[in-house]
This record gives sequence, structure tokens and C-alpha cells, in this order.
Amino acid sequence: MDLPTVWFVLIAVLWTGYLVLEGFDFGVGMLLPVLGRGDRERRVLINTIGPVWDGNEVWLLTAGGATFAAFPEWYASMFSGFYLALFLILLALIVRVVAFEWRGKIDDPRWRSWADRALVVGSWVPAVLWGVAFGNLVRGVHLDADHQYVGTFLDLLNPFALLGGATTALLFLTHGAVFLALKTDGEVRERAGALAERLAVATLVVAGAFAVWAQLAYSVPWTWAATAVAALALLALVATTRARREGQAFVASAVTIVAAVVLVFGSMYPDVMPALEPGSSLTVDNASSTDYTLTIMTWVAVVLTPVVLLYQGWTYWVFRKRLTVEQIPAHTGLTFDRV
Amino acid sequence: MDALDLARWQFGITTVYHFIFVPLTIGLAPLVAIMQTAWHRTGDERWLRLTKFFGKLLLINFAIGVATGIVQEFQFGMNWSEYSRFVGDVFGAPLAMEALAAFFVESTFLGLWIFGWDKLPQRVHLATIWAVAIATNLSAFFILAANSWMQHPVGAVLNEETGRAEMVDIGAVLTNPTLLAAFPHTITAAFLTAGTFVAGIGAWWMVRSVRRGDEATARVYRSAVVLGTVTMLAAGVGVAASGDWQAKLMFDQQPMKMASAEALCEGETGAAFSLLTIGDLSNDCEGVRHVLTVPGLTSYLASGTFDSYLPGVEELQERSEVLYGEGVDYRPNLAVTYWSFRLMIGLGLGSAALAAAVLLLLRRRAVVGTRWFGTLGLAALPTPFLASSFGWVFTEMGRQPWVVAPNPNPSGVDGVWMLTATGVSTSVPAGMVLTSMIGFTLLYAVLAVLWFRLMVRYAVEGVAATETDPSPEAQRLAAQNPDDGADKPLSFAY
Ligand code: HDD
Ligand code: HEM
Ligand code: HEM
Repeated sequence: MDLPTVWFVLIAVLWTGYLVLEGFDFGVGMLLPVLGRGDRERRVLINTIGPVWDGNEVWLLTAGGATFAAFPEWYASMFSGFYLALFLILLALIVRVVAFEWRGKIDDPRWRSWADRALVVGSWVPAVLWGVAFGNLVRGVHLDADHQYVGTFLDLLNPFALLGGATTALLFLTHGAVFLALKTDGEVRERAGALAERLAVATLVVAGAFAVWAQLAYSVPWTWAATAVAALALLALVATTRARREGQAFVASAVTIVAAVVLVFGSMYPDVMPALEPGSSLTVDNASSTDYTLTIMTWVAVVLTPVVLLYQGWTYWVFRKRLTVEQIPAHTGLTFDRV
Repeated sequence: MDALDLARWQFGITTVYHFIFVPLTIGLAPLVAIMQTAWHRTGDERWLRLTKFFGKLLLINFAIGVATGIVQEFQFGMNWSEYSRFVGDVFGAPLAMEALAAFFVESTFLGLWIFGWDKLPQRVHLATIWAVAIATNLSAFFILAANSWMQHPVGAVLNEETGRAEMVDIGAVLTNPTLLAAFPHTITAAFLTAGTFVAGIGAWWMVRSVRRGDEATARVYRSAVVLGTVTMLAAGVGVAASGDWQAKLMFDQQPMKMASAEALCEGETGAAFSLLTIGDLSNDCEGVRHVLTVPGLTSYLASGTFDSYLPGVEELQERSEVLYGEGVDYRPNLAVTYWSFRLMIGLGLGSAALAAAVLLLLRRRAVVGTRWFGTLGLAALPTPFLASSFGWVFTEMGRQPWVVAPNPNPSGVDGVWMLTATGVSTSVPAGMVLTSMIGFTLLYAVLAVLWFRLMVRYAVEGVAATETDPSPEAQRLAAQNPDDGADKPLSFAY
């Protein structure tokens, strides 16, 4: 494999890390009002991802930085082209970050309900919009001969991309519900398990439709393998959530996300940003940095990524126990009335 | 306003905003680590109470630093896509390294620190806050490597065919002399900020506790005052020394910035440093008149001797026209550079005053209840934050009209330069930039209010009366328990 292709694969790996890990963070946020009855239960939900959500988010920052370093043209065209979508995602991520960290700081029902709203919106918006963005990358966008995006925001909201948005939203909802069933105990676990069972069926239908459409209209033959894996994983997800095999269900939803990323990146290759106009596509070769930069970055990535995986893995191990309402202190935080 | 002006405003607003919180995180994380280490070593509960008190303030601040940082990572592509195309090969690398080497460590280990109280063995838990402290400083190194390259490009060549800068020497990029001066300056400024924060809040609380007759609590805060003051003194010396070094580099690398820092229109031998200048801010030399000057000081700052020659703005404009083409105004905004430079240095006096008061009042083992001392502590608090912001405004505005300033070194890097005006995204209409600018600014305004209220609220709460955590000895025993604490409640949780 030549270096630009290696980097295309590495960026796909970073996105995989992001979507698998942050996927359940989004799911937990999206399900907060559905599965958490009362403040104490909501805090159980939030604390299941409390120690890890920030580390999960850095996968996105790394994917962004790696795209900048390895494919400057891609970074430039994609983020200026998807301007409004990215702007909305950024707003959502900002309110989500501060809501996580500041929610427990003030012990007041109004403060907490605002934080909950921020968490819900901050999780739904990116969960949908990442799917829309990837749908467009698979389908192709309007680029001129200089690889500048020349379409409009509304062009990005085409039926295929919207189905992509529905797919990621459902995938993350299911992934989140499965994660919560695995990480909590008692009533919350029951509720999450029951919801996961229903969500899995819906995901099978919607994600299946998206994958087949992508496959028939925009993809290459070998990605049928990814589609097949996704289909099998989704069927396994339906079966395991029904049987309440929580660990296996989590593996199934994670494998589905991995397969989806393979399908998306596989159908783009060798383009990084396929154009609807012939000859304007940004490709792995015309968007990449020089071999020197790519070589340096390969060394950095090859040395550091395993280390990151090790200590992030260790974090999950440290916080491996299921959470219950009993482990959550009755009160955290102060009230504003003393100032 | 066109898309360019809007993009510049947006970048200025979002970065300055990010950098209000960043210095406190960079400096406070190590100070909290030191407090926790002191507790670990001595078992003195005082240090545990301070660790938790300042730790909570750190967490409130950290959240907003992260939230505003996410925008930075993507802004270059959104608003400055032509710039990104031009420099990505060089500039992207430190950004990606920052994420891989620093952000991952920072965020993962902070999660471990927050949730690991009582769960991790004490030593391991202590190591997690040190990991955070080191990583925040490391992240500053990489981002400053990127920024320094914009001030002084090295280790790159221009590819005439593609019109893009290409990296040829990563070692040169990571040992850029501009970086080697900017890194200590920024880091010591951050420590000055955090030292002032700890000493200022400590002083206010010490006075308050003494006046309430609670000598025991006053002693807790006294420790904070001492730690903060030692930090301030060391960092203050570092800031001045590294700033002096930067000024000398700037004289070589960006003489136009040096000249406009002094609003020096005509070249001068033995150039004076003016404390006050009046003028009509028209960015035109007719309007500038220096009053109140210190003879020779600018020449000294720039080159180390009091009688060296300093070229003026007009002369440098002519020189630039020859080198880089006519028809461009190569002069940065004189009023902004002139005043931001002075405000940066001048506001450093806030911390200096607090440090002097501590040295004056705090003798031997005494606690102090003098009211003005507490007030001074609070008054000094914001000054280093402002000084840092003005430092950045100076550095960045003084670089204009370049986004990548040319390296004047003849050995160097030919053709690797870019005007800010050509770096902006061409495919993004002004309306879109305006939309995002309004969106970010409004959201940031709301968050600033909330951040401030939270910080004040937690500062006013003060240290806990006692900490219920077991002594180090009891913790050690608990850690030997085969069930390694995973079942314990989350005492520091959300
Ligand atoms: C001198 C220090 C410094 C400077 C000049 C900048 N930052 Fe920053 N940044 C930090 C020092 C820092 C930090 C101390 O490491 C932060 C603050 C709080 C935190 O979590 O990390 C941070 C957070 C932070 C984050 C969130 C990281 C996370 O999730 O943990 C991102 C993506 C950026 N920054 C990116 C940038 C970019 C692209 C900048 C350039 C325009 C920039 N920062 C300027
Ligand atoms: C956090 C500290 C920083 C602050 C406070 C800051 C401040 C500013 C300000 C005020 C401007 C607007 C200048 C103008 O348009 O006239 C600006 C521009 C810019 N800065 Fe910085 N900056 C910081 C760090 C950085 C870093 C670390 C980088 C690069 C990694 C960077 C890259 C840029 C770019 C690309 C522009 C846009 C061009 C321009 O408008 O001049 N800045 N910055
Ligand atoms: C004796 C006092 C000081 C001197 C001589 C000095 C000098 C300088 C110089 C020359 C620069 C510009 C570097 C460039 O553009 O290439 C700079 C930037 C800066 N200064 Fe200072 N400074 C002083 C005090 C302070 C203080 C008190 C603070 C904050 C607490 C501060 C914070 C900054 C920051 C954040 C920057 C921008 C980042 C950088 O370029 O390093 N400085 N300073």
C-alpha cells in the first residue's frame, strides 16, 4: 500500500474509534429523559460514561488533526464545504461538554433540567449530522475543478444522506441502550434492555436499507463483505438483546458500527471526497501531503495509538462495575443561594 | 464587512476566548498536583482540603477550555481553507501530534482523577493528576510549534508546482527558535496566572478567616498563599527573561512587529521605550507623538545594547515592497500593537503587587487579617489573564498583514509566506461566516456568565471544614483489599 492509502485507512480507524466509543456516549445522552426517571437515575446514566466521554471525544479531534496533516485539501474542502453542518455540530458538542461537567456542580432542579436539555440536544444533533455528512461523502458532492465545494446547505439534505442521518441516530440509540444495560443494574438495566430490544429491530430495518442503497448506487463490489458483516451483526443484535445477553449485544452493536465505517470509507476509496462533477473529485493522491510528512506521521501514529488504546482500555477496566442508584451520593454540588 | 474581516474577527474572538481559560488550566493542574503530592507525603489534611478546593475550580475551568478548544481544531478548515491547503503539510503535523500525545492523556487521566478518588490506590491516583498536568503543558508545546511556524517558518520549502508549502525537516519545526522562546514565555505566563489565582483566593480567604476568628482555617489558606507566591515569583522572573529573549528574536525575525510595538515611524539609534504616546490612531505616522520615554530601552530590548539602530515602520515598508511586492500595506495596526504590548507588560504589575504585599506582610508563621490585603488578592486575580490575552493580541495582530510571516533569514525558507487576505476560505460566503460568528459569540457569552458564577460560587464556598477521606495509611490498607475499590461509591462524581 502506498502511504496516502495507509493514511486513508488510519483516518478510517480513527473515525471507527470515535464512532464506536462516542456512539454510546451519544446514545446515553439521547436516552437520558427516556431511561432516567428522576435526577438520581439520570446521574446513574451520566456517570456510566462520566470517566470516559472526554477521552472518547478526542478520537474526533485526532481524526480532524490527522486529516489536516495527511490530507490538507480534504480538510480544507470538507470543513469549508460542510460549513453549516459542522457549525451546528460544534455548537452541540460545546453545550454537551459543559453540561456534562457543570450539571452536578449546582444542586438545583432548574439548573439540572437545563443541563439535561443541553445533553439531549448536544447528543442528538451530532448523532444525526455525522450520518448526513457521511451519506454525502458516499454519494458525492458538488465540487468545482479546484475542489471547492459549490453546492448549498440544502443540497446536503438529500434523501440518501438523510437516511444516513437516521441510520447513525438509530445505531447510536441502540448502542447506547445496550451499553446502559451492560453498565447499570436494577430498574434502569431492565428498562434499557427492553428498549434495546425494540431499537435493534428498527435499526436492522433502517440501517439495512441504507447499506443496500449505498451498495447498489454508490459502492464497489468488495464492500458487500462489510454490508454482510453489518447485516449479520444486526441480526445478532436483535437476537442477543431479546435474550438479554448484554455483553454479546454490545459486541454486536460495536461490530455493526465498524462495518458501517468500512462500508462508507470503502465506497469512497480512492476518492476522499467524491464529486458529482466528473474529474473534480478529491482523491487519496491529489489531496494528500508529501511522503515526508506522511512518513513522520506514520511513525507517530504507530507508536502512540497502541499506547492510547492501552490506557483507555485500562480506564474501562477500572470503572468496569455496574452502577446503581446506591452508589450515587444523594446530593452533589452547591446551591447558588449563598452568593 | 466582507468574509475576510468577519473571519478575522471570528478567529480573534474564539481564540482569545479559548485562551482566557487555557492559562489557568496549564498552571493550576500542576499546582493541584503539587498540593496532592504534599498531602500524600505529609498526610497533612490541610493539603487534602486545598487539593479538593482548587481541584473543583480546575474542573469547572477545564470543561470550558475543552469546549472552546474543539472549535479551534476545525476553524482552520472552515474559515481559512486556502490557508489550510497552503500549510497543511507542515502545520497539520503538530496539531495531530498534540491530539495523539497530549489531548488523549489529558482527557483520559482527568476522568481517572475525578472518578478515581477512593477507587484507585492512592499512589496511582496521584499519578493521574500529574499525567494531566504534564499533558496540558505538552499540548501547549505542540500548538505553539504550529503557531511559531506561522511567525517564523522553518523546515519547509515552497513547491512551485502546487503552490503549497512542504515540510522537509520536522526537527527544525519542533526546535524553531521562535518556539523555544514562545513556549517558556507562554508557560511561565500560565504559571503566573495560576499562582496569582491560588495566592489571590488564598489571601482573600485568609483575611476572611482571621476576621471570623477562625485561625485554624486561616492556616490552611496561608499554605495556599505561600505556594501561590512562590509560583508567582519564579514565573514572574521567567516571564520577563523569556519575554526579553522573544523581543530580541523579534528584532531579527519580524522587525516590523518590533517597530510597530514601539510605534516607531522613523529609524532611530538608541531608540527609547515610550510609556505613553498620543496620536489619532489613523495608522499613519503623522499622528504619533511619544511623551514620557525611557531612553535607549527599546534598543536594549531588541538587541541588548542601548545605542543600536532600530529601523522604523516607513523604512521597513519600503524594504518589504522590494522583497514581497508593491501595493500591500505591510504595517500592522500601530495603535493595537503599541497598546497591547504595553498592556501585556503593564498588567504583569498586578501579580507583582500581590507578591510584594505577601513578602511584606507574611512573616514567619503569622496569618494576616489586614483587610486591604484580601482586597488586593482579588484585585490582582484578573490581571495575568488580561496580560496573556493582550500578549496574544500583540503577537497575532503584529504579524499582520501576514498569516504566515516571511522568514527573513537568507539561509531560509524562500517563498513560504502567505498574506492573511489570501488565506481565507473562498467558497464560504460572508453571510455564513456572520451566522457562525453570531452563534459562537452568543453561546460563548452565556457560557462566560455561567463559568464566572460557578467559579465565584465555588471560591466563596471555601475549603471543606474537614475531609472525610481516610488517612493515607487507611487508604493504603484499603488498596491492599483484593476488591480494589470498584464497589465504592463515587465520591467526586457528576
Ligand atoms: C498555550 C496553550 C494553548 C494554546 C495557544 C491553544 N490551546 Fe487549545 N488547549 C490548551 C492549550 C492551548 C490546553 C491547556 O491543553 C487545553 C485547555 C483545557 C484543556 O483541556 O486543554 C486546550 C484545549 C483544546 C482542545 C480540547 C482538547 C480536549 O478535548 O481535551 C482543542 C481541540 C484545542 N485546545 C485546540 C487548539 C487549537 C487548534 C489552538 C490554536 C488556535 C489552540 N488550542 C490554542
Ligand atoms: C490562544 C492564543 C491565541 C490568541 C489569543 C490568538 C489571537 C489571535 C487574534 C486576535 C487574531 C486576529 C488578528 C487579526 O486578524 O488581525 C488571530 C489570528 C490568527 N491566529 Fe491567532 N491567537 C492565538 C493562538 C494562535 C495559534 C496557536 C494559532 C495557530 C496554531 C493561531 C493562528 C491564527 C490564525 C490562522 C489567524 C487568522 C489570520 C488572522 O486573522 O490574522 N493563533 N489570532
Ligand atoms: C517583562 C515583561 C514582558 C516582556 C518583555 C514580554 C515580551 C513579549 C514579546 C516580545 C512577545 C511577542 C513575541 C512575538 O510576537 O514573537 C510576547 C508575547 C506574549 N506575552 Fe509577553 N512579555 C512580558 C510580560 C508578559 C506577561 C506579564 C504576560 C502574562 C501574564 C505575558 C504573556 C504573553 C503571551 C501569552 C504572549 C503571546 C504568546 C507568545 O508569543 O509567547 N507577557 N511577550
